[in-house]
Formats: sequence, structure tokens, C-alpha cells
Amino acid sequence: MVELKQEPQKLTALLSGELDHHHAKEIREKIDFAVREQYPPVVVLDFGHVTFMDSSGIGLIMGRSRLMEEYGGTLEIHNPSQQIRKVLRISGADRLAVIRNHVHAAAANGKEPEHEYAE
Amino acid sequence: MNTLNELKCTFPARSENESFARTMVCAFAAQLDPTVEELADLRTAVSEAVTNCIVHAYRGSDAGTVTVTVRLLPDGVIYVRIADKGCGIADIPQAMTPLYSSAPAEERAGLGFTVMQSFTDRLTVTSKPDRGTTVTMRKKLTHGTDEAAGGRS
Repeated sequence: MVELKQEPQKLTALLSGELDHHHAKEIREKIDFAVREQYPPVVVLDFGHVTFMDSSGIGLIMGRSRLMEEYGGTLEIHNPSQQIRKVLRISGADRLAVIRNHVHAAAANGKEPEHEYAE
Repeated sequence: MNTLNELKCTFPARSENESFARTMVCAFAAQLDPTVEELADLRTAVSEAVTNCIVHAYRGSDAGTVTVTVRLLPDGVIYVRIADKGCGIADIPQAMTPLYSSAPAEERAGLGFTVMQSFTDRLTVTSKPDRGTTVTMRKKLTHGTDEAAGGRS
């Protein structure tokens, strides 16, 4: 599932539940529709409430990364769980986006993250 | 193969069954008292294999089935066999190449086999064009060793 938060310079996609092939298509269509409405400089995929992700999530990240490259936007990945970080790592998708941890969707607006994920 | 316990399940190759399939395998594996990480690895690997059947094996047809067999082997090893009777894979090495996908339009990352390989101890893929594909995976769950089981019983 996905809930979208549109701000002047940023689109945040609050993802939740299980991100697999079954759910990815709907999530992708909703995000892309919103991106094409405003072409935000920053798109955030917030995985804070995602309980499971397989390589369908990598497809989602790779596709959004390509979309943002078209117009020079930046993709950020927020709050991936340990399981999600592992999938990101083996896929190399952690190089396609800025990854930040412990970013609270409400508090993150305009503020620096508490710390950045690094490994 | 000395099978200590077994579960077999056949279901339609529909995407809403992806969640069911990985949850079923993990519920079966739970009898070995695996760690959270081991269970997450198994869940992810099974999800990839079942998704492959659904996305690739029966493309263009909604009438197909996936059969999942899970076995508990000695020394805390979980064996999972995921089989379809779909289109098969003509070139297995190509299919297993990281980032290769025969369905790029569906935004598949081409990493299914890479994930299966990384998250399990042993992966085999056998396939015949127009006959189907069978994937087997083995993973040792460290909490399920004989010593641990002996200690608990």
C-alpha cells in the first residue's frame, strides 16, 4: 500500500505492508502519476512500515530512479528494515538512491535526518 | 534423502498467492526455531521463486499451478521445491544472470535468482521448454541443529 504526501519540493511515498510483485504495480502507478503531476526535485520512498520486500521492491526503486534521472530529481530511501537493507545490498540498489534511517515523516520536512545509514 | 517432515501444496499461479506461499513455508520452518534473519532470508527466497512461476511460467495464460514442497531434513536443513508446468527456461545461465529479465516491461529487476542464491545455501534449477521449471533450495537453520533439538526435548 502507499500513501502519498505532496509538498512543494518533495513527494513522499509512505509505503506499508508487503512489497511484492502482487502489490508493486499499484504502488508504482500511484507514485508515477504523482511524480508526473509536479516533477518534484526530491522523491522519498519511506519503507518504515514495510514488513516484507523482495526484488519487486528493487524493480520499484530502479524504475523510479530512471524516472527521476529523466528530469534530474533525487531519489531517497528512508527507514529500510534489516531485511530490506539486505535485499538492497545484494542488488546494488543502495547505490541508486540516498538511504536515510530514522527519519520521521512528519519531522523530516526541511530538517536534517538524525543520521545517515552507512555500511 | 531422509525426510523428517513434509508439506506439499498446489495452488493457482495467481499473484495474490505469493504472500500465502512464503508465509506457508516459513510457518513450516518455524518448528526448527530459526532466527528472525534466517526466516526472513527463507521468506524472501521463496517469494522470488514463486513470483518467477507467476510472472514467467504461465505468461499469457491464467490457468496454471505452482506446487511447493517443503521438507525438514536432518541437521536442521529446510528443503524447498517450487515447481511449475509452464513455458520452461531455454537458457538457464542467461536467466540466472544478475539484472537479466525477460519481462523488463513489468519492471522486474532481474534479481530473483540472485536473491535465491544469496539467501539460501544451495540452489538448483532444472527446466525443459514447454514442460516447466523446478527450483530447489536448501537452507540450514542454525537453531535447528540436532544438539539444539536434543537440548529442548
